[in-house]
Amino acid sequence: MTDTTDTHSHMPLGLAQRGYTGVIQHLAAKEAGSALSDVELESRLIELGFVEGARVEILHEGLVGRDPIAVRVDSTTIAVRRREAMAIIVA
Amino acid sequence: MEAPLLHLALVGTPNSGKTSLFNALTGSRQKVANYPGVTVERKEGFFVTPLGRQVSVVDLPGTYSLRGRSPDEEITRDFVLGKASGETLPDLVLCVADSTNLRLTIRLLLELKRTGRPMILVLNMFDIASRRGITVDVERLAKELGVPVVTSIAVRKGGTADLLKLTDEISAALAAEPVENSWRALGVSELRATQREADRIIADCVSLPARPDTWTARIDAIVLHPVGGLIVLALILFVMFQAVFAWAQPAMELLKSGFDSLGELVQATLPDGLLQSFLQNGVISGVGSVIVFLPQIILIFLFILLLEDFGYMARAAFLMDRIMGGAGLHGRAFIPLLSSFACAIPGIMATRVIDNKRDRLTTILIAPLMTCSARIPVYTLIISAFIPARDVWGFINLQGLVMFGLYAAGIVSALVVSFLIKFFMLRDFAPAPFMLELPDYKMPRLKSIAIGIYTRAKMFLQRAGTTIFSMMVLIWFLASFPQPPAGATGPAIEFSLAAMIGKALEPLLAPVGFNWQIAVALIPGMAAREVAVAALGTVYAIEGGSEAVEQIGQVLATKWSLATALSMLAWYIFAPQCASTLAVIRRETGSWAWMGVTFAYMLVLAYAASLVTYNVALALGAG
Repeated sequence: MTDTTDTHSHMPLGLAQRGYTGVIQHLAAKEAGSALSDVELESRLIELGFVEGARVEILHEGLVGRDPIAVRVDSTTIAVRRREAMAIIVA
Repeated sequence: MEAPLLHLALVGTPNSGKTSLFNALTGSRQKVANYPGVTVERKEGFFVTPLGRQVSVVDLPGTYSLRGRSPDEEITRDFVLGKASGETLPDLVLCVADSTNLRLTIRLLLELKRTGRPMILVLNMFDIASRRGITVDVERLAKELGVPVVTSIAVRKGGTADLLKLTDEISAALAAEPVENSWRALGVSELRATQREADRIIADCVSLPARPDTWTARIDAIVLHPVGGLIVLALILFVMFQAVFAWAQPAMELLKSGFDSLGELVQATLPDGLLQSFLQNGVISGVGSVIVFLPQIILIFLFILLLEDFGYMARAAFLMDRIMGGAGLHGRAFIPLLSSFACAIPGIMATRVIDNKRDRLTTILIAPLMTCSARIPVYTLIISAFIPARDVWGFINLQGLVMFGLYAAGIVSALVVSFLIKFFMLRDFAPAPFMLELPDYKMPRLKSIAIGIYTRAKMFLQRAGTTIFSMMVLIWFLASFPQPPAGATGPAIEFSLAAMIGKALEPLLAPVGFNWQIAVALIPGMAAREVAVAALGTVYAIEGGSEAVEQIGQVLATKWSLATALSMLAWYIFAPQCASTLAVIRRETGSWAWMGVTFAYMLVLAYAASLVTYNVALALGAG
């Protein structure tokens, strides 16, 4: 899927608001300050369906600190913390 | 000539309906045990195909990939590769998918194919997919995947007919030589490629409806609402606790009168003496007063299985994640901790889904603080004997409220202890990631739940039958021997071994208001908590000579002060737990040290809580 949007509109999913919809551009595991290694985090995200080109929508947020977020990834809904969602770059 | 046993394995992502399929295939012919060396639950079942072939099927832990990121995913991987010690390489692997949500399972299937095992893709929950307007070109899917594909509706009668037929066909044609296993752990780019491939295949073969299903979204609008969601959660928990108390009563009364009649029958038919005493006071009243709580335990499992089947458990983990994070717990710890309300043993076993070692260890250490169902007999006994059965504010049962308070105390203490553990012992850098699939809501399927409850009840009874029974005999023995010398006055038990032990411990327990009879009951109670009730029954029943055992509670109400009763309740919030739980902790943590730590800290907390409760109660005049 070609990325026709301006690179300036790229943002990490971890900063998006509830109701945001977008498409995954790429994964940047280094950006997330996760306890997992970069490779491990990236692998897990892919295994849960977070791949380039997938449509995402933030459905819900948690009560404390608006964390974690419930994200619809194509046909699956995944709950993830904003910290790890920083690794998912969307536009 | 009879064909050898066919070995099947069920593999799939969590939420694929694997368990319903397993239940549909095997009914109640299931064996639940542990894999050797690890405390991962092993579920094996048996069935016969239409053509008469005997089949053993193992329900493997759900996984998203074969990488083995946690102990139970390692089990799945090793089992499929034939590397699991003591396990037979499966002849046929059934990859089970939720037909409404195929992306991740198809990716897993592509990975599984590399292992070379004969495989079938089972599109489960096909009725739900059809109802939502999802159409699957099954033939094309099978062609693109290179694997036979069959649909199933696990929860409907006859819904597995196609699967069984295909199993027969395939097993007849199985090659004798195992196919080359070319699987190795996938790197990141390979994972990506596999997912891309899976998405492409799905785009070719599956057509989604114009309007996607919105039921899940509608329900989640409330259930996952920051404020509404917590209210819903609190309501569900409150209903659970009131239900366990109020609704289980009729069944409990029935069981109780049944055992009482049995005891009277023994007394009437057997001559007075040792055998009669053994049967009536040791066996019948002992085991009976424990089994009578089976209805409550069944109710708790019913709620937990219902919520899990419905899809709510993942939402609960979502809501609790940040709150539990503040106490140093993982959102995923919520489910193991919730399971600990039924019994800490499956709860501790369930912590295997937490892959961060420190989070997992913390959860294991505090799981026993969750008021397990074994404490219910003790709580119920004391509450019904000492707390008046009134209604507060017109509709809330006071006894239920006290019970709820005890549960709340357990939860609060668990959070506090977790915070302390994190602060003092397991200083960590960043918290482990929380990544959880939220499945679509589904109607709970009662037959599958019924089988689940039946299996758990059987496990509980076996425990009641063996561990508790042996403890009861031991206590009866300690309480009956040595027999009082001829012409002695006073209750027979005063002369027994039990009394000697109890009296030796009495000075240690006097500050918390315990008398020697409680001491006697506490010790076997540490072997299995629910034994304490039976032990009290035995201790006081035998003390009363050959009088029939009426309500143990009535007896206690006359013998104990309110302060002692409250102190006992406080003790049991922390009660250093049953030997089985300690053994499981040892196995899960792999060290005696953590088991010892758990025992020690709970003993200290129990003593401290009782001390405070007793003295405060005395000061307030309840002595």
